[in-house]
Amino acid sequence: MSHSKKMGFNKKRQTLWGWILISPLCLGLTLWVAFPMGLSFFTSMTKWDMLGKAEFIGLKNYLIIFTQDELFLKSIRNTLYFTFLSLPLQLFIALAGALLLHSQVKGQRAFRTIFYLPSLIPIVVSSVMWLWLFNHQYGLINYFLNLLGFDRVQWIDSKHMVIPSLTIMNIWNVGNIIIIFLAGLQGIPNDLLEAVDIDGGRYWHKLRYVILPLLSPIILYNMIVNMIKCLQLFVEPYIMTNGGPVNSSLSFVLHIYNNAFKYGKMGTANAMAWVLFLLTMLISLVIFKTSSQWTYYEGDK
Amino acid sequence: MRSRNKIATICIYTALLGGAISCLIPMYWLIRSSFMLTEEMFRLPLILFPKKIRFQNYVEVFTMVPFAKFYANTLFVVTLNILGALISNLMIAYGLTRIEFKGRNLMFSLSIGTLMLPAYVQLIPLFLEWNWFGKINTFLPLIVPAFFGNAFFIFMLCQFLRSIPRAFDEAAFMDGANYPLILAKIIFPLAKPAIAVVAIFQFMFTWNDFMGPLLFLNDMDKYTLAIGIRTFISTFYTPWGVLMAAATLTILPLIVLFFSAQKYFISGLTLGGIKG
Repeated sequence: MSHSKKMGFNKKRQTLWGWILISPLCLGLTLWVAFPMGLSFFTSMTKWDMLGKAEFIGLKNYLIIFTQDELFLKSIRNTLYFTFLSLPLQLFIALAGALLLHSQVKGQRAFRTIFYLPSLIPIVVSSVMWLWLFNHQYGLINYFLNLLGFDRVQWIDSKHMVIPSLTIMNIWNVGNIIIIFLAGLQGIPNDLLEAVDIDGGRYWHKLRYVILPLLSPIILYNMIVNMIKCLQLFVEPYIMTNGGPVNSSLSFVLHIYNNAFKYGKMGTANAMAWVLFLLTMLISLVIFKTSSQWTYYEGDK
Repeated sequence: MRSRNKIATICIYTALLGGAISCLIPMYWLIRSSFMLTEEMFRLPLILFPKKIRFQNYVEVFTMVPFAKFYANTLFVVTLNILGALISNLMIAYGLTRIEFKGRNLMFSLSIGTLMLPAYVQLIPLFLEWNWFGKINTFLPLIVPAFFGNAFFIFMLCQFLRSIPRAFDEAAFMDGANYPLILAKIIFPLAKPAIAVVAIFQFMFTWNDFMGPLLFLNDMDKYTLAIGIRTFISTFYTPWGVLMAAATLTILPLIVLFFSAQKYFISGLTLGGIKG
């Protein structure tokens, strides 16, 4: 007997109720996704300062940002530098942290809580906090470096150190990623690990042949999610450096924001947003395509 | 793991302690600075442990800017966001998992698809849209979208609802119940743990949201905490002690929430991340 018959409802009423219940989703997708994206695409083909009338100029904005806007390419470079510096370090440290927290130690719960705490802090607050920690004269980090006999470093005030500084901040709150890895580690069947023991394998063998393969889908998940986050770097440079020094921390999104709200170039800003969107999709696609080489799903041959 | 040698054990504890200390020190430094006068913060050698705890910064937070108003605004926006998220996501997830109808798989996929859209890419378009509606500098753009579902929550709730046996719904139908009644009387009580996760994460999202208020709010008396903090930072004079106190007050509710609902944080992160 089919489900619907047992329920005593006919197909029509079922369909009606179904659509009523998910109507917020349908409206939401139209109002907050499709419509704004359409509006944005249209705006990206106009010259518009939000005050006067929009003037249709076709694809000219896209041409302009690639040929006449030096800061645009610079902001892409900065963002990619940040992403490809942060992402591997984040994943590596989070994985190492999760493996440590997964081992049988005293105070495991307390350690887990402490490692997660930084992830609770809103980015605005952590930006303010690190602004103070990175202070050249009175910051704690330079104070420690000084105690250890090193020279003070011009963290966010230096053209070369500003992106690495933001990376350090970013690594500080990998607690989210650690928790996700930990959940994955808990799902690894014990008998597989014991099998390595029986074969006389060491911890390294467990890691290489059991843990990493079984964790690979989660590594992929964390990689994609955090790649998207890194590419959207905004609050830290906005609060801490305003893109400086000499635009060396001008991120892609900060440049878009400046164009839209500082320079009043809505058309250009929207064109850039579409480029960022395509760039994100492109990198995701590359990661997905290459992931079949190194991810392992149970049931695969 | 049973036969771990001594050296390995020492290494593990050292790494864990090192990690824990690096996690905590920045937060300690924030709180320590919030209890000091700004002059004391600018003194060398640095005072690692303030001898006298001063609350002056905490008073000044409320006198320098309308910080109490920022708090009230944030609470207002957060409360309505949680309400919207609970109603809409539960309805949608119920419709997508418990009723069979044509098109539901497509709608589920479309919803999940939006997870791949970078949020910041949509913000300027959303700004244009709300500008078009003439609602910039009101709370509406920060509240209304919450009533239309969120892909992350929909996904999570669907996962959860699928684990509730269908027999419960069927028994209720036998007794003459209809869909809304089943949702309210059977699904809602059973889904409480998942609902708690939605509420907590929506609280976090909205409390921490910076870009939304930055784009949509202009007047200082409408500011939320996240952008309110920014008002202390200025190029010629930043009252660091007061800024640190404001930052501490902003994270305080998050810390309290975390310690009172720790298990939901973990299950939220992992439900959204792994299964499926």
